Amino acid sequence: MIIKKGIGINMGIAIGKAYIMDEDNVVVEKKIIQKEKIKDEINRYRMALLKTKEDIDVIRTHVLESLGKEHAKLIDAHSMILRDPLITKDVINLITNEKYNAEYALTVKIEEILKKFDNINNSFFVERKNEIIEISRKIIFNLTNTKRNFVTNINESVILVSNNIYPADILNIRKHANILAFCINLGSKTSHTALFAQNIGIPAVVGLGDITKIIKNDDLVIVNGEDGLVIVDPTPRMIEEYNTKKEQLHKNEMYLSKIKKLPAVTRDNKKINLMINLDSQDNLDEYKSLNSDGIGLFRTEFLYLNRNGIPSEDEQVDIYKKVLSSSGQLSVVIRTADIGADKVSNMGIKEMVLETNPFMGFRGIRLFLRYPDLLKTQLKAIYRASPSRNVRIMIPMVTSVDEILQVKSIMDDIKKELTAKNIDFNQNIPFGVMIEVPSSAIITDHILEYVDFLSVGTNDLIQYLLAVDRVNQYVSSMYDPFHPAVLRILNLVFQTAHKKGKKVSVCGEMAADLLGSMALISLGADSLSVPLKMFLKIKQHIRNLNYERLMSLSTKILNSDLSAKTVELLQNELTNGN
Amino acid sequence: MIKKEITVQNAQGLHARPCGMISNTAMKFMSDIKLIKDGYEVNAKSIMGLLTLAASKGSKIIVVADGKDEETAVKELEELFASSFDED
Repeated sequence: MIIKKGIGINMGIAIGKAYIMDEDNVVVEKKIIQKEKIKDEINRYRMALLKTKEDIDVIRTHVLESLGKEHAKLIDAHSMILRDPLITKDVINLITNEKYNAEYALTVKIEEILKKFDNINNSFFVERKNEIIEISRKIIFNLTNTKRNFVTNINESVILVSNNIYPADILNIRKHANILAFCINLGSKTSHTALFAQNIGIPAVVGLGDITKIIKNDDLVIVNGEDGLVIVDPTPRMIEEYNTKKEQLHKNEMYLSKIKKLPAVTRDNKKINLMINLDSQDNLDEYKSLNSDGIGLFRTEFLYLNRNGIPSEDEQVDIYKKVLSSSGQLSVVIRTADIGADKVSNMGIKEMVLETNPFMGFRGIRLFLRYPDLLKTQLKAIYRASPSRNVRIMIPMVTSVDEILQVKSIMDDIKKELTAKNIDFNQNIPFGVMIEVPSSAIITDHILEYVDFLSVGTNDLIQYLLAVDRVNQYVSSMYDPFHPAVLRILNLVFQTAHKKGKKVSVCGEMAADLLGSMALISLGADSLSVPLKMFLKIKQHIRNLNYERLMSLSTKILNSDLSAKTVELLQNELTNGN
Repeated sequence: MIKKEITVQNAQGLHARPCGMISNTAMKFMSDIKLIKDGYEVNAKSIMGLLTLAASKGSKIIVVADGKDEETAVKELEELFASSFDED
């Protein structure tokens, strides 16, 4: 038995026979090209570069579709390497001047650069070295018309063992249900491989150094993605131990998937609306699998970050359509972007804004009303994506009715414009605002005259109400969701809305907290919207609550003068209820 | 020919993304553009070359541009460094 420690990438345990995937050895011969053939040689090289570019584009499309935008960006680095003048110019110069064949000329240049990387003592840069090797292999494959062999027909379940795994391989692994796990020599926590592997969901250990030399084909192997261990030729006791562990993991998963199918109802059968907050389009599959009551908050900031320029209307329409279609009949609340002034410079707006206190500054709807084109583009895109979809529009950082009127007037203009252009849209998209500034909470009654629904952002509301900056270490401990003022202002919002027959959802962190969610339900929140990864935990929590008893706590909660008393009340209810 | 010293300001230094942004910017210009760190010189249009600079935050880098559009090239690169490559 040999135990090797690497870096665990995915949780989970797999036991199975090893399947070694050979690294395709690239043997490059040095040839001298006849003078009259040099032009042809350069052409052959250029064609190979073009073909490689096409290959990368294909992989990029696959990655974009199956793993999302963030991962696709990693592939962009490959395109950039391919455009590097070292590859596009220097190699061609070498072919011309030294009459080398293209394969050899490329290898000479690549080795030069790799030598320089060897002098850098930083794992990050070493990773980039592997990418360069990958690209040069791709070019050489295209020059010699060879293809990388990927396991095509494995009939039994195996554990894949290899020197390295490339993005294209990872897409192949996804298609092979009988690849139980993989372990490779190369890779680190920051490597592309690691990032991609996280999305396949099978156990994986990377950075094992020489695992391909230790494991032989058909060896029995245990891969423990949790601890990053690979056990070759395990003892019977070890196998038994791991089988038990595997079963335990399986049971936990079964338990959670059982919860997945069950509704979010309390013990006394009160249905609690439980929704999900999403902050990109990357996790739609997981969202669909969770059987929630919809997307309570779809944040759109991601559209504006890490880029230069503004996301176009068409680009946004595509994204909203995708999100809305994946949600089916369940409602999706799209919130217009709450970005700060620090992002404006990237959007090609020439105004320089320096703020000493950005949280009280130029952000959310304030910024979008100053640059109404940003707001118009986003709203129009939502309208265009809306036909026969259950979509709602919400605006952030509202502090007055005046802002609401301005947004509504922009919406009216958009509706007129779309009607004039004969573009189909949903005429009755519910319109709501975030209640996250005390001023808007206090004028809830006025605001309700103009909107269809409210959503409370507890993080900011608490921060503004208590004058506590959460990232300031000296006061962050004073950030307190159970402060009597917080509970009273929440109560004011809920009661006022209910009097007018309108609903309030809560999408801040308080909704995803055990005691916080209890306080919110007790005070009358109509729905809770929580992050994806908290959803099952909160659903399970709700299933253990007693709604009637929680309702009877509300007076006590509202009358307690110390947050510690409220916490104690809720804690007792949590312990006794179970 | 223009020479100018620039300091790397972003926390993570010149890793893959900033290097990509530098080479993309440099490629827009006809001029020859070089970055020099501690006497080691690379082509600013080469992402691989830029990576070998392994420049961390605080590194001093000399930009040398030579050509018709050298002035705008140096100016744009300077702005790019000053923006910390849009890192937060």
